[in-house]
Amino acid sequence: MKHAFLKIKNGERVHRESIPHLPFDVFCDQLISFVFHKGHIVQFFAYMDPHCKWLVVLRNSELYVAGCDVPEKYLSFTLQYEKFHMFEREMAEQYAIKPMGHPWLKSVRYHHNYPGKPDCFGNDYFDDIPGCYPFYSIQGEDIHEVGVGPVHAGIIEPGHFRFNCIGEKVLHLEIQLGYQHRGVEQLMVKAPLKRLPIIIEGIAGDTAIANSICFSQAVEALSSISIDQDAQIARTIVLELERLSNHIGDLGALSHDVAFLMPAAYYGRIRGDFLNMLLLLSGNRFGKGWVRPGGVNDSITDDQRQQLIKSINLLRPQIEHVGDLLFNNSGVLARFESTGCVSAETSEKIGLVGVAGRASGSPYDVRHAFPSGFYTNLNNEPKIETTGDVLARAKVRYREIKRSLHIIETLLQHPNHSDMRRKAIPFHPSAFVVTLNEAWRGELSHCIITDKNGNILRYKVKDPSFHNWTGLALALRGQEISDFPLCNKSFNLSYCGFDL
Amino acid sequence: MESFLVFLSAVFAAPFFSGVILKVKAFFGGKKGPSVFIPYYTLIKLFQKASVYSKSTTYIFKLSPMISLTIGLLTLLFFPFAGRASVLSFNGDIIAIVYFMALGRFFTILAALDTASPFEGMGAAREAYFSIIAEATLFMILLLFYLMNRELNLSSYLMQEKSIFLWKTAGSSLLFIIVSLFMLLLAENSRVPVDDPSTHLELTMIHEVMILDHSGPDLALIELGASLKLLFYASFIARLIFPFDCGYTLFNVFFFFMAVGVVYVAIGITESMTARFKMTSVPIFIMMSFALAFFATVFNWELIK
Repeated sequence: MKHAFLKIKNGERVHRESIPHLPFDVFCDQLISFVFHKGHIVQFFAYMDPHCKWLVVLRNSELYVAGCDVPEKYLSFTLQYEKFHMFEREMAEQYAIKPMGHPWLKSVRYHHNYPGKPDCFGNDYFDDIPGCYPFYSIQGEDIHEVGVGPVHAGIIEPGHFRFNCIGEKVLHLEIQLGYQHRGVEQLMVKAPLKRLPIIIEGIAGDTAIANSICFSQAVEALSSISIDQDAQIARTIVLELERLSNHIGDLGALSHDVAFLMPAAYYGRIRGDFLNMLLLLSGNRFGKGWVRPGGVNDSITDDQRQQLIKSINLLRPQIEHVGDLLFNNSGVLARFESTGCVSAETSEKIGLVGVAGRASGSPYDVRHAFPSGFYTNLNNEPKIETTGDVLARAKVRYREIKRSLHIIETLLQHPNHSDMRRKAIPFHPSAFVVTLNEAWRGELSHCIITDKNGNILRYKVKDPSFHNWTGLALALRGQEISDFPLCNKSFNLSYCGFDL
Repeated sequence: MESFLVFLSAVFAAPFFSGVILKVKAFFGGKKGPSVFIPYYTLIKLFQKASVYSKSTTYIFKLSPMISLTIGLLTLLFFPFAGRASVLSFNGDIIAIVYFMALGRFFTILAALDTASPFEGMGAAREAYFSIIAEATLFMILLLFYLMNRELNLSSYLMQEKSIFLWKTAGSSLLFIIVSLFMLLLAENSRVPVDDPSTHLELTMIHEVMILDHSGPDLALIELGASLKLLFYASFIARLIFPFDCGYTLFNVFFFFMAVGVVYVAIGITESMTARFKMTSVPIFIMMSFALAFFATVFNWELIK
């Protein structure tokens, strides 16, 4: 396959001049042909400079980037490949770029478009929320519609789920999010530099560390800062701690959803123990305020190291015992097996990433495919399951927990004295950088474009949930509606990370 | 008088027993858990609140909690606690009890439909479906008891020496019946593995989803009614597993409540050790209790004659 895209590396600064700016026809053909050859989209967004332009970051075994002027109108890419579905909807909402013939053109987060053009969806945003958007509906005597949320009975984030059911069976699920839209991407352009790390950590509390690492790596690339190895090790440790606390919490929550008491209680407590380890290092249970451009805010003292090693040695057998309890209980297996299946084919079609993708057999793990920081020195063979059901997603988590424990234990063996480079260095002008990291949900990617003066022109964040929500909607087809909470928990996607 | 006092003490003890389940579950979860008196605190809290009514609801919605509680009390009036005579009793009362319960369920379902909420309708459909199968089990058990006693009277099965008589006539079948009744108890009182009263996931619940819109004193009445219903089933099993009469009323009452406690602890252990079934497996589970009762009856056909 020949194409004119520029091959780049994860976290590598590229001058914008060197990014191929293709004519629309060429761009279109090559994009489609790239995706046809099992390529995936990492980022696909528009920006103003001074007129509207596209930028796309693609991956197969390498990362590629290319740009193009946005045409007046164009035929939707979604018609050919489902992977474009959400990206096109997002661009239509953010920059009023209307894809012709898009099968389900509907606002993603419900806000004004950035350049102030006429709205693509005909919404009046001064109206009371919720806005006037259609929901996919199925007509028929026996069909009933169930709408859940955005206010839920439990303590979860807001999201609206619209089920079309026949009896207890779900025919179609549509997920509408955007209730927590805060305008992060816009804020990142306007806010003073000092506030940026704090905004980034506020994107999604449970992914604060991964977001912070993505941001820091991008800033470091833009200002040509290189951080020492100990700081990279420290970042790896906290990222794995974040993964551990969330994966363990998820397994507990999965167990709770099938009303299996013991793992729910024990994993709930163990999750707290891992959050407390983050507290010990950073002073915050979600690890906020620790990872910053230039390194990490405090090096890990020997005392902290010993405490962490002690806690992990104490917790490891507990995690394994409870895991045996969970995965050997026939009742639990009966609930987990063949529930919420996403086939490898579907997963490939919609481009699932992270835990959900690996559970459906796709061997993509950013730590393995595009390792950054200290991950280049670690063995990160992706943990794959093939069945694509709730059990597969639980098992991927459990296997990753074991590996993360191993990584942390190994990295804690040596004293860690990192130096923080605190000096702010101006960004390179007209530069582009994309950073990818394997957050606990999957591929998290930040992208920064700077203008001629070295100011941020466009900041783009893409949470793994952006791909995976579609996976959840498809997983529910033909399932019992009563299995929805379990399927939802097995994906455990981010609402606020998606809403931005 | 004596019967009435025992009845009253049972009514007042019902929430305590529900607290026992929570305590057992907390023990298995490695937690301290709330006090066993927490159901009382909850009831007091709820009674101090005001009820909120949706504009779409009618008087049926307000009526249903009172009916659930009344039915709970009414069925217990027929129960021969600790082998003492029941407060009310007549020939054929057992059929009346079953349909009193059905009446209570009918009003709960109506109230759920009254809210016009899609979940509550779903819960109502599930409840109606599962209770049809559960009723079959209950009648199979009653058929066996009727064949043994030739009486249609709850007291005639469970009072004083009567339950020992059941054991003597058909001991091995009675083991089947106890298991079958216990399964029925789990199904009818929305316990794990049939339903999960603790998670607030509106899409998966059966009974709890129907009472989502009730609040304050109304909710308290429903919860009290639910604990009375649970007590009815638990007492039924307790009389079967502890059929003896010690002579002194006080001893009888004490041992009876101990036996009831054992049933509740068994519920707590079941809830801790099992995961919930898929919704499609619930009818199979209830059918299994029917099958047990059915075979218990068939085995005894000859013996009884």
